[in-house]
Amino acid sequence: MEEKKTKHGQPEHVVIRFSGDSGDGMQLTGNLFSDTAAYTGHDLSTFPDFPAEIRAPQNTVAGVSGFQLHFGGTKIYNSGDLCDVLVAMNPAALKTNLKWAKKGATIIVDVDNFEPKALEKAGYSSNPLEDGSLAAYRIVKAPMRMLARETVKDLGLDTKSADRTKNMFALGMLLYMFDKPLEHTYSYLDIKFSKKPIVAEANKKVLKAGYDYADTIEVLQSKIHIPQAKLPKGKYRNITGNIATAWGLMAASEKSGRPLFLGSYPITPATEILMELARHRSLGVKTFQAEDEIAGITSSIGAAFTGSLAVTTTSGPGLSLKVEAMGLAVMTELPLVVVDVQRAGPSTGMPTKSEQSDLNLALFGRNGEAPMLIIAAASPADCFYAAFETAKLSMEHMTPAILLTDGYIGFGSEVFRIPRMADLPEIKPPLAEPNSEYKPYRRDPETLVRKWALPGTDGLRHRIGGLEKTDIYGEVSTDPLNHEKMVKLRAEKVQRIAKVLPLQEVFGETEDELLVVSWGGTFGAVRNAVEECRKEGLKVSHSHFRYINPLPLNTRDVLSKFKKVLVCELNNGQFVHYLRMNFPEIPYLQYNKIQGLPFTVSELCEKIKEVIK
Amino acid sequence: MMPGGTPMSNEHPQINNTIPKSPYPLTREDFISDQMVKWCPGCGDHAILSAVSKVFPEIGYKKENYVLVSGIGCSSRFPYYVNTYGFHGIHGRAMAIASGVKIANPSLSVWIITGDGDSMAIGGNHFIHLIRRNIDVNLLLFNNQIYGLTKGQYSPTSPLGAITKTSPYGTIEHPFTPGELVLGAQGTFFARGIDAQPKMLTEIMFEAARHDGTSVVEVLQNCVIFNDGAYDHLASREYRDERTIYLEQGKPMLFGANKDKGLRWNGSGLEVIKLGENGWGINDVLVHDATNPDPGLHLSLAKMNWPELPVAFGVIRSVKAPTYDDLMEEQIQRIKAQSPIKCMDDLLNSGDTWEIE
Repeated sequence: MEEKKTKHGQPEHVVIRFSGDSGDGMQLTGNLFSDTAAYTGHDLSTFPDFPAEIRAPQNTVAGVSGFQLHFGGTKIYNSGDLCDVLVAMNPAALKTNLKWAKKGATIIVDVDNFEPKALEKAGYSSNPLEDGSLAAYRIVKAPMRMLARETVKDLGLDTKSADRTKNMFALGMLLYMFDKPLEHTYSYLDIKFSKKPIVAEANKKVLKAGYDYADTIEVLQSKIHIPQAKLPKGKYRNITGNIATAWGLMAASEKSGRPLFLGSYPITPATEILMELARHRSLGVKTFQAEDEIAGITSSIGAAFTGSLAVTTTSGPGLSLKVEAMGLAVMTELPLVVVDVQRAGPSTGMPTKSEQSDLNLALFGRNGEAPMLIIAAASPADCFYAAFETAKLSMEHMTPAILLTDGYIGFGSEVFRIPRMADLPEIKPPLAEPNSEYKPYRRDPETLVRKWALPGTDGLRHRIGGLEKTDIYGEVSTDPLNHEKMVKLRAEKVQRIAKVLPLQEVFGETEDELLVVSWGGTFGAVRNAVEECRKEGLKVSHSHFRYINPLPLNTRDVLSKFKKVLVCELNNGQFVHYLRMNFPEIPYLQYNKIQGLPFTVSELCEKIKEVIK
Repeated sequence: MMPGGTPMSNEHPQINNTIPKSPYPLTREDFISDQMVKWCPGCGDHAILSAVSKVFPEIGYKKENYVLVSGIGCSSRFPYYVNTYGFHGIHGRAMAIASGVKIANPSLSVWIITGDGDSMAIGGNHFIHLIRRNIDVNLLLFNNQIYGLTKGQYSPTSPLGAITKTSPYGTIEHPFTPGELVLGAQGTFFARGIDAQPKMLTEIMFEAARHDGTSVVEVLQNCVIFNDGAYDHLASREYRDERTIYLEQGKPMLFGANKDKGLRWNGSGLEVIKLGENGWGINDVLVHDATNPDPGLHLSLAKMNWPELPVAFGVIRSVKAPTYDDLMEEQIQRIKAQSPIKCMDDLLNSGDTWEIE
């Protein structure tokens, strides 16, 4: 792909990858750079790439932690394919991350860590910095450890503490290269180490030392100026998908007046949602860290019965355990939001790696006929709106719902334009009036939604549960015709939600050669690829699905207008099977990646070109 | 019963908590559901249902504030037969569902109805964690030592060697004693009753309601079809007095038709003594103190089994400890008072933000 440059020969956007040992603080370094980039007016997207082990043995390939940041002056859709700048704090980091560097990329290494022992641990037989194997790159050999120690030698820190500041050296160098201010990092360090002023001082000094070092050695002929993005007017913040999910749920709680209850069990990569919600007792959020995944969802069902906006958060293995209880929520027709931050499966799979392979489980994974509302978030910031909307539709339509996100967008971050609560849509749960003529399964004739009668309310005492019940009256029943009727009513109720959903949109032409279809967290990469291909004159359009069940009412119309439909997803073809089941006449092609990694824009472009030929 | 009905019974001490009280006296008719009770004739569940319908008006909460939650099994059909808010859950999960109900709305009086399969086997994990957290709910454990709804397989409380449909040559599993699990999980309230003595059951249930925290009431219950007579050796009138003991707070642990037998701590365990024999007198008999924080003696009492010792009925343990739901509410109030974040707009705009003009 041709690199786009501004008029002055500077790139419009750039990808930086920080990598080091899990203890090297690469996540923090990446986040601090991202924050500064965001303040200084860029659009951006980030993705942390870390091992499942907390601290694998030092200097080993297993212990490498990475953080990729893509920022620039155009709309940034994803965290980027290959990096322009790679920071590698040790040989293992270089070994694992070199494949993510563009040919010609700038590679900044802490040369002090390229010692025989560390090289051997990383699996190098010779030093790559000296054997000519990196000739295709621009290598910057910075003695970070030595200079960090030197910088803080008067502060009286022990060697271990001194060495820990070297990530600030790398950050200082990067901030210099992109002509970014140090102030944000300074104030972060002051707050973070307010109780250890010496440590704050050491980190600040090393940050400045790195900045000055980059200046002194003339690491680049000139600083790189990335243009500012033309973002709409407003107030912004940086947000990860998991935090955005938590906030979207809280916003739905405030908007609906229904208290928020989360029953959950820690599981990678969903735990951050539980941790975030646990912080917000001040807004009345009740989090219940249950004894297992099943108690997570069933406690939430209990809370839903009493009138809470009830949520459970999990990832694939946990979703498997919640299957029976989801059926209970379907049967009792209670609102419930199940958030599945998908990861690579089956079984324990690859916990920190992303995938879109829980779709079949979400769609079909329950005993009996048990359809649920399913929505998939498109990006980290979209998690806020997707969570809000899932909660709204779940409550207003009295149905359990699954929100599918994934590890990539859950951990990833992007710039988020802060909404005003007053601008978000109203949420009106169908609460039963006290002393009304209440029948548990009497329905609204239009939507087929039953009323929500909360314990404690006068005149509404009733019993519900997992046994089949009679239409309207809710009495235990095994009547054959009643059962068939109830099965169809429950399914039709979910289908009718499509009437209030926006129609499926197409980016590009609504009738053309090729339609690229995606769903969930792959939005950014796919949109980026389609944009690139369109700029090259290819007749390709993009339709991204956010509503999975029910599908938007015009789905067939959208798909049938194209000669070819290419469905791209990070699994072995689950969404395309679902589309095929619903609209069998469409000539589908598929592009599947099952590597625990997001799509790259370049591989998507390649596939599009191959298909369109 | 409408206002102006018969006044509430005064025989019980007051219940003090935040659950709303009924503005007028209630009677058992207020809790009779219109559903046909489908348990087998002669099933012990009928007596328990009757005891619950009797004790709910005595407890005196607003009738809309009772919530019954059950799992799966014969016992778990219970909520359909009581006119309250009711939730019939899935197998083993009543404890977790009820936890959510109570935490979400502490002004509800929550009653879990479960059996020995539901709470000791498939729901064992939820059972111990509910108790450990001391969530203020009441749990009625119908223990018939058999799986009834699936027609006669052994349960985790079936005695070693029990012949059932899945143990035709006798079980080779050691049974649970529910009280041991309760105490092992730091339970604050454990009581035992039996279907054959409904008056005692009502008294125990009232005490369970009065207790702040998780109250577990084990009810020895006869399954007339698949395990008939499992408790005949304790329940029948000819044996009852000699083989069981009713423990009452502050009273000596006496039993027998003539109240002439007592329990004594012999230094290493409990033993039965006969008053007047070998010089034993009333002063040698233990006095029951359910409120003792040390669970040691409570455990010994809960484990007593005939023929070595009489089986204990009554409230064996009832101690004070903070409840999960109270701590949750207190924490919310405390953090609300401290935090500058009062609404979502505050949160959305907190921390690192920037303007784009």
